[in-house]
Amino acid sequence: MADTVVHEAPTAAPHAGPAAVHGPSHATSTGLSNTKLAMWVFLGSDCLLFGGLISTYLLLRHRVPPGQGPGPTDVFDIPFTSVSSFVLLFSSLTMALAVGAIHRGDERRCRTFLLTTALLGALFVGGQAYEFTVFVREGLGYTTNIFGSAFYTLTGFHGTHVSVGIMFLLGLFILSLRGRLGVERAETVEIFGLYWHFVDIVWILIFTVVYLIP
Amino acid sequence: MSTETSPQQAPVTAADHEAHQKEHPSDWVYIQVAIWLGIITALEVSTYFWDDWFGFDASATGVAVALILMMIIKFAGVCLWFMHLRYDHPLFRRVFVFGLLLAVAVYLIAMTALEFWSSSSASGA
Amino acid sequence: MAIVERPTAPLELPPGTAVTTRPLGVFTRPQATTGWRSWLTTIDHKRIGIMYGAAASFFFLLGGIEALLIRAQLAAPGQKLYSADLYNQIFTMHGVTMIFLVVIPLGAAFMNYVMPLQIGARDVAFPRLNAFSLWLFLFGGLFLNTSWFLGGGADGGWFAYAPNTGVTFSPSHGMDFYALGLQMTGIASLAGAINLVVTVLNLRAPGMTLMKMPVFTWMGLVTQLLLVFALPVLSVALFLLTFDRLFDANFFNVSAGADPLLWEHLFWIFGHPEVYILILPAFGIVSDIIPVFSRKPLFGYPFVVFSGIAIGFMGWGVWAHHMFSSGLGPISVAAFALSTMFIAVPTGVKILNWMATMWGGRLRFTTPMLFAIGLVTMFTIGGLSGVTHAVAPADTQQTDTYYIVAHFHYVLFGGALMGFLGGLYYWWPKAFGFMLNEKLGKWNFWLTLIGFNLTFGPMHILGLQGMPRRISTYAEGFGFEFWNAVATAGAFFIAVAMLVLVANVWVSWRAHRADPVDPGPDPWDARTLEWSVQSPTPTHNFDAVPTVSHLDEVWHRKYEENAEGKVVRIASGAEVAQPGDGTGVHLPSPSYWPLVMAAALPLIGYGLIFNLAFAAVGGVLVLLAAFGLGMEPADDPEAQHGPAGEGHGNGHAEDTDESADEGADGEEAGGEAVPAVTGASTAADRTPEEGSTDG
Repeated sequence: MADTVVHEAPTAAPHAGPAAVHGPSHATSTGLSNTKLAMWVFLGSDCLLFGGLISTYLLLRHRVPPGQGPGPTDVFDIPFTSVSSFVLLFSSLTMALAVGAIHRGDERRCRTFLLTTALLGALFVGGQAYEFTVFVREGLGYTTNIFGSAFYTLTGFHGTHVSVGIMFLLGLFILSLRGRLGVERAETVEIFGLYWHFVDIVWILIFTVVYLIP
Repeated sequence: MSTETSPQQAPVTAADHEAHQKEHPSDWVYIQVAIWLGIITALEVSTYFWDDWFGFDASATGVAVALILMMIIKFAGVCLWFMHLRYDHPLFRRVFVFGLLLAVAVYLIAMTALEFWSSSSASGA
Repeated sequence: MAIVERPTAPLELPPGTAVTTRPLGVFTRPQATTGWRSWLTTIDHKRIGIMYGAAASFFFLLGGIEALLIRAQLAAPGQKLYSADLYNQIFTMHGVTMIFLVVIPLGAAFMNYVMPLQIGARDVAFPRLNAFSLWLFLFGGLFLNTSWFLGGGADGGWFAYAPNTGVTFSPSHGMDFYALGLQMTGIASLAGAINLVVTVLNLRAPGMTLMKMPVFTWMGLVTQLLLVFALPVLSVALFLLTFDRLFDANFFNVSAGADPLLWEHLFWIFGHPEVYILILPAFGIVSDIIPVFSRKPLFGYPFVVFSGIAIGFMGWGVWAHHMFSSGLGPISVAAFALSTMFIAVPTGVKILNWMATMWGGRLRFTTPMLFAIGLVTMFTIGGLSGVTHAVAPADTQQTDTYYIVAHFHYVLFGGALMGFLGGLYYWWPKAFGFMLNEKLGKWNFWLTLIGFNLTFGPMHILGLQGMPRRISTYAEGFGFEFWNAVATAGAFFIAVAMLVLVANVWVSWRAHRADPVDPGPDPWDARTLEWSVQSPTPTHNFDAVPTVSHLDEVWHRKYEENAEGKVVRIASGAEVAQPGDGTGVHLPSPSYWPLVMAAALPLIGYGLIFNLAFAAVGGVLVLLAAFGLGMEPADDPEAQHGPAGEGHGNGHAEDTDESADEGADGEEAGGEAVPAVTGASTAADRTPEEGSTDG
């Protein structure tokens, strides 16, 4: 055991770069949290999912042959969707505030903002459901034409992401009510927040590319 | 960038935690960012009415370019501030930006190969 | 002896942990460590790797039988053993099974077993997510294969071009099973890939910088990153197909204005990176095997690594070479032909490096080495025929002929599978504690090599003669008879070779039972960290996480340069190995939930096809399992895994075991080590994996 080496700081962080400021108790090679890294990798991967759906939509929306039902310009109600967009944007703010609150150890404030975020998310999904029913009444069903299929699939995927997010938000809210979402779990809230903001930026894309650019 | 340390250091106290919060933006910063994002969104929505208000052709390429620029600004705003990428470890940024750029590149090439640009300008005009 | 261990004190629970432990009324976690039940709930990466291998072998048997059925039909002209429709199903399922249920999971098997050991970790970053990946892959594969009993298998070819896959042209449920089954295995692979990426980046032993990682780990990382970014594209394509077939959407409905090329683009944007997903793990395996049996370091390690990364990037820019004959237009064809020719360069770099490694080495022709050389030679042939496809005018002639079939079998069988067989022989003693019989192993290799070339070599000729792929039979008089007969004979040769492999496992196991011979921790005089633990690997992997100072760390612990500059052996493999008797290691507890979650998804699949009631049940189960996983008390003291939680507690956070060498090391460094230990043990409480399980 001639050259036994004892490493006090297991991080010796070979290429941690700026992460070196972390304390010696850090446990991973990069000094970054596993879960947070996994979330970012997942979000990077999700970019290709939504990229594919948005491209599919763009490619197909103007290809409706004459007489096969309404196209994009016939059904979109920009003022209504704009309100939805503001709602989702605002929910991103409340999410960020919830993360800020839990990092300061303010569980109550965090809880309030989590619930607000969930409600705003639900308002958005409700708005989407209303929008869909209006479109169906105007004659655009899922199978009516290629625009309908592409539009409902793209926005439906986004809506599903929001709905999954709402369920997680409610889960976090219940955890918080039971006193199990303290400052030591701040990272859980933060990581969930990443997901929520990602859903918001996807909507930023969809709102512009699908609704506003004619 | 320091938030992720904290959960691993039990016992954690709020005070401990506070020490790591220097680079975290305050609530006020978030609110400011949100206000800017709101203003840009309002601008975006207003393009829809330009036709009525100023007799501006909303399908003009210039409007589309302006909309895409505003979209990119909003996108970056949420990523950099709300998602902390501005403050966080560069590895997170790299992973995400790699996915993002890859998606943009791959799908742009695919759309080009599918002759999207010629067909959409034909039917879009 | 340079083994580096951190002397440690018994685990000290920090007083006054902020987290009170109140399990949220979930089931107690399973505790069994032996018996079949322990395999169902295990979250140990080694067991999961073994099960991946076993499941892939089962599917390999299915796919192999399908291959023999194909060859039986084509043995002679004009045969009608099965109808054209059944033949379509057989070759489609053969391709789908071999690619998605054999080669991808075999890569996952080796990566799961070997990679954490090579980087000095105790497990992967998310052990429960890992178990979920395994089960979902297995259930997804079984789901796909139950289509045989529920109206017929998929019949649209493995790349399932639209609109052939629409309800009009494929009225059975086969394509529904294809779309949903691949969706499931895709989710499994995505979860596994995210997990392994985080593991490689985050759980490396101290001192193991990226450029000190073994090449297998490197290629594993590139493969997993490719999976992370390629699978969502396949998901999109499969969703569109599913919605078209099940909900009457119009994505590939040409009369509604669809462009069927959309499917081809989406499929091949995934499909070409997929090609590298299939081959890179095997490249990694031979890059580890060849230096060991050449007794030389790998020639140009950085070149091998960077060429792998280059393949990972360039693999995204060549997909349309699969579509040269689809009417892309001259500009697209020229651009993609060019990029395809370029991607041959990094692959060629690797082949040169392997040859230069062997050059001047003192070669030992063991079975793993033979398979590795088999890969280098056979893959080169496949690679060269691949370059001929890059020449677009020639490709127009070759497309959809047996020439293509020959090409991709040379790279997939001669490349990937040869590598995996080599890896099997190489790591077998590490996983099971006994060696496979060398004599039978060599029989296995030569029979495989001969059978393989007999089967797929003639297909080059058949293809250039103009025999189309996928025809269910052919008429006499085209000159196809002789080479088809040879190919069929070769296929049965391969079957015999695989039986020799099975016999080898059986014979070696019997011999081991009768007269156990310990292969020792390092039977091959190898170079990487997995050979510094006992065989079979102890449950906790490392008694103490090693500190790494070199590439080929274990070799550097065994050999040194003496005064005259000659490399001499200073220690045996057994001497530098850890004794494997570490105690007090805290490992995460097993869990039921991954199994429940994975079992629920096929239910949703059946529900979507047959009756939505199943889907509702499946949906409820998924939700239940998600909350079960999330709420599972990762910090429950009764869960017997200490405060180090599930989420990441498997890496260096748990170096709190009492070192076996405490007597020797403890005094020297105990004092210094204590703060680190306390720090590590308190780096404990982790949040449930909520963030990652929704992926």
